Amino acid sequence: MNRSSFRTRIAGSPYLVWAALFILVPLGMVAYYSFTDQSGRFTLDNMARISDYTGPFLLSIWLGLLATVICLIIAYPLAYLIANSGEKRQRTMMLLMMLPMWMNFLLRTYSWMTILGDNGLINTLVTAIGLDPLKLINTRGAVVLGMVYDFLPYMVLPIYTIMLKIDRSLVEAAQDLGAGRLNVVKNVIFPLSVPGIVSGVTMVFVPSVSTFYISQKLGGTGTLLIGDIIEQQFQLGETSLHVGASLSFVLMILIFVCLTVMNRFSDSDGSVLV
Amino acid sequence: MKKKSFAGTLYTVLILFFLYAPIAVMIVFSFNAGRSTSVMSGLSFKWYGELFRDRATINSLVNTVIVAVISSIVSTIMGTAAATALFRYKSNVLRKSVLTVTNIPMMNPDIVTGFALMLLFVFCGRALGIQKDLLGLPTLLIAHITFELPYVILNVLPKLRQTDPNLFEAAQDLGCPPLRAYFKVILPAIMPGILSGLMMAFTLSVDDFIISYFVSGPTSQTLPIQIYAMTKRDVTPDMYALSTIIFLVILVMLMLYNGISSQKSPKKVRQRHR
Repeated sequence: MNRSSFRTRIAGSPYLVWAALFILVPLGMVAYYSFTDQSGRFTLDNMARISDYTGPFLLSIWLGLLATVICLIIAYPLAYLIANSGEKRQRTMMLLMMLPMWMNFLLRTYSWMTILGDNGLINTLVTAIGLDPLKLINTRGAVVLGMVYDFLPYMVLPIYTIMLKIDRSLVEAAQDLGAGRLNVVKNVIFPLSVPGIVSGVTMVFVPSVSTFYISQKLGGTGTLLIGDIIEQQFQLGETSLHVGASLSFVLMILIFVCLTVMNRFSDSDGSVLV
Repeated sequence: MKKKSFAGTLYTVLILFFLYAPIAVMIVFSFNAGRSTSVMSGLSFKWYGELFRDRATINSLVNTVIVAVISSIVSTIMGTAAATALFRYKSNVLRKSVLTVTNIPMMNPDIVTGFALMLLFVFCGRALGIQKDLLGLPTLLIAHITFELPYVILNVLPKLRQTDPNLFEAAQDLGCPPLRAYFKVILPAIMPGILSGLMMAFTLSVDDFIISYFVSGPTSQTLPIQIYAMTKRDVTPDMYALSTIIFLVILVMLMLYNGISSQKSPKKVRQRHR
């Protein structure tokens, strides 16, 4: 038994070392760079510079929230419909939901430029019927649309998975006791699907808040998000890494706080995530 | 609930249209005779030929495959060993804290993970006096293995929980040494989890842009980074041709996978409904 537990320790040790070196130490690096200057001296200057970027921070959170809520509103009925359809149809629908996720998201986002552009497909159609062209691209709406488009499957999949796990007999019991369809959804299905909603919301909100590609392509210069700023600091080279680190640090804490608050609403242990 | 409502079908179709419209646009414009990705000027296959003449694209494709193959194999082996160890830890505190650390790369925004790893590499490079070509294939591999590991572990752990612990002990009682018993009894039982972890790691690696963007050098561009560089300038339809090919490959693969699993699974599904 002792030898076996020794072997267990050996089996786990490469990962423990790896996780320490490449998960924990890099986070320490973010903290270290946030609070030091070029020569390695302690400073609060980088943190103070954060206040210059309050606008992008607030805009990121606002657009991220908007995209998350829209995804939830669209995805919930869809997940319900899929979970309650026949076996063959479920399989097909899951395939159709997952297929876009496997395509390169840069190109999927880019092709919205073809659709929304000033001379794009929609505007070609609009002008063809004699209306003035619409301002679609380079707006906040376009950025939210891009986020919803890119991350919608991440909302559908966990909600669908949790709905499959709901015990049918509970639904039948509610119906036997005289609950209508709306009541069944409200009092049985919805409460039981909260863990799926929580992981869906997480999987949409986190990448939406921190995106930089979607805002670059669909938002133009008017929608500078926090991801854009961090990416800019990276491009500017080594002197800007300290400010970039402090921005990452704050972003990380912000998301951590959001997730903790959200997890309060559910008893999920995160096991629905995969 | 068996009744298929017209509204439900319409809703599903609308969402599918939303998900597939940009992909359809990509496919159509990949056959464009002109250079534009917004105005069609005749049909042609020339961009498909162009694609295979483009050295940079082919190189990045090769890099993508190299990184995906190596990183997914390494992370699967290390992750399976880690899951086995985690499963057998006697201390709850230790297991919980390792699992928490494991969750970090999944919860953290990719931009923070990428930025943090980049800071680590820059810091080490400075300490070791490496200035040129600091970021390259090795750093890319380290990063990919790091973000793939949690997914492997979370795919393998549930399978370990499902295996009957008596089997392992029975094998040992019959005189099989523990290590051999592990390979003969446990490993076959958790193989489905290992394989889905491997597949997930591979696809995540192929698809990753954000983390790779921060840790790759000029000599180690992967396909998503190459696509990003191209969308910074002007996308020519050869990128759309590439995604059309990728789309078809994935479609065929998923359909094959679906066909195989639908032949195997009816029994399992029936069990779940009982």
